[in-house]
Amino acid sequence: MSITDFLTDLFNPNLAFLPKALAIAVMSSIVCGVVGCYVVLRGMAFIGDAVAHAVFPGIAVAFVLQGSLVLGGAVAGVATALLIAIFAQNRRVKEDSIIGVFLVGAFALGIVIISQAPGYAGSLQQFLFGSITGIPDRDLYVVGGAGLVILGLVLALHKEFVAVCLDREMSRSMGLPVFWLDIVLYVLVTLAVVISLQTIGNILVLALLITPAAAARLLTDRLGAMMLLSPVIGGLAAVIGLFLSWSYDTPVGGTIVLIATAIFLTAWLLAPRHGLLAKRWRRVGGPGRTDVTRRSSLSTPASAPAP
Amino acid sequence: MSELKVDQLEVDLGGRPVLRDIHLCLDRGELVGLLGPNGAGKTTLLRAILGLTGIRAGRVLVGGRPSRPGRCEIGYVPQRHEFTWDFPISVEQAVMSGRNGRLGLFRRPGVSDWQAVNEALDRVQLVELRRRPVGELSGGQRQRVLVARALALAPRILLLDEPFTGLDMPTQELLGELFTRLAGEEHAVLMTTHDLVAAVDTCSRLVLLNGRIIADGHPTDLQDATLWTTTFGVSDTSPLLKLVKAI
Ligand SMILES: Nc1ncnc2c1ncn2[C@@H]1O[C@H](COP(=O)(O)OP(=O)(O)OP(=O)(O)O)[C@@H](O)[C@H]1O
Ligand SMILES: [Mg+2]
Repeated sequence: MSITDFLTDLFNPNLAFLPKALAIAVMSSIVCGVVGCYVVLRGMAFIGDAVAHAVFPGIAVAFVLQGSLVLGGAVAGVATALLIAIFAQNRRVKEDSIIGVFLVGAFALGIVIISQAPGYAGSLQQFLFGSITGIPDRDLYVVGGAGLVILGLVLALHKEFVAVCLDREMSRSMGLPVFWLDIVLYVLVTLAVVISLQTIGNILVLALLITPAAAARLLTDRLGAMMLLSPVIGGLAAVIGLFLSWSYDTPVGGTIVLIATAIFLTAWLLAPRHGLLAKRWRRVGGPGRTDVTRRSSLSTPASAPAP
Repeated sequence: MSELKVDQLEVDLGGRPVLRDIHLCLDRGELVGLLGPNGAGKTTLLRAILGLTGIRAGRVLVGGRPSRPGRCEIGYVPQRHEFTWDFPISVEQAVMSGRNGRLGLFRRPGVSDWQAVNEALDRVQLVELRRRPVGELSGGQRQRVLVARALALAPRILLLDEPFTGLDMPTQELLGELFTRLAGEEHAVLMTTHDLVAAVDTCSRLVLLNGRIIADGHPTDLQDATLWTTTFGVSDTSPLLKLVKAI
């Protein structure tokens, strides 16, 4: 299928679900791309995974009660994030064990709840692997609104998130509310995950949070550039992924994630200063890269690799 | 009045006594070295001064008022490993993160904040490296970034936790000179260290600590070998005592 066919389908009133799915996929991958930068830089990938699983019981309840899936997922995810933050204050059991406990506990609860609903198998597949059909119009506004709130909070608290990430002890000594900033960040991660579930699915949503941010990190040593690059990569993966999924009838979540993974691998090979090829090239006698060329990392965003 | 006054301080951690009966005064212009073995409570004392750990008894006065986090009188330089060095951030941005204490939530840095950062970078001679990612610095340069970050707050008191650890002699010397100069500019400086030579060389006063304060005085007043054997729990034949005799 060519791009023009895809565009025709996009504007075909009989296929109204397609532009809706595209809008949600792009919005959620942009939000995940931004929030994912903190997740990658703080080494919070496991928390992202936990939250992704933890929203499952909420979605199950919402499904059984015929309520809003996004809302149900958000409530369960935030509750789990709070539990993790509170339990992690106790130093006797390390944070990753706490996360492990709640991750499987929540998922188990979700499985038990959803099994109570008749004909759950098909819906289960949709939760797990995502789908582009059956998205209610309402979700478009919920995702858009939540996305704006998340991005607004990131913008407002960026300085504080960075400080806590750099040095918790110092942040405490400066009087920053470190515990509350952690909670806000967990909640933001949860919301980013929840709004992405529809299209990507529960199992793969972590990729949207981690892969674009990790690829962006490979391409630049500047936080600002990374936080612009990451949502661009995520958005790109969403558009290309949805197009390919529509053309070749492949699962949408899986296709989007594969595109993001391909971008990550490309970045790993081609990154301007630390990429495999740049290193190889230097070793075989390319011009030595010194402080003078360092400034070129500023221009990285412009030269983001097109996959 | 002393800039910093620790009075009858007692601290427990995990239900065990860590600090007992701590009295300590620190004036502007002083550079005081805090010496003691591993686990003596040096870091704990600094954290108590910052108000980061609960205290069982006693009090800490900064400029005559009780200490609490968020007071900008104290600049803290934690051990180097507390900082996330692989974070994609430049030297000047890392130093700017020290201004958070004055900026407060939601506010963005303005002209005066960048001025403070510039001055701090200048003090530690890092102006040339200001745009370099912090991950690409040597140990000595990293230590100077942390000092600049503390100075960006324009504090009156500086608390340094093992600033010399893992640094070579020339770098130690450079930092020692910097700390002496800061003390000369009316800062009150307290630093912990395991480096006796550097401490004797740079400090105007030494405090020997092991759960309690064993001695407090000018290096030349601390010749008595038993002070050192009690502090560090070493025998009379320890090479440490040879070093002390050479002071
Ligand atoms: N969170 C904690 N809970 C319980 N005990 C602690 C805790 N942190 C430190 N301690 C204990 O308090 C004592 C003092 O520790 P502190 O870190 O202040 O020592 P230090 O003098 O800085 O040692 P070092 O030279 O190794 O840095 C040690 O015996 C340590 O075991
Ligand atoms: Mg210590």
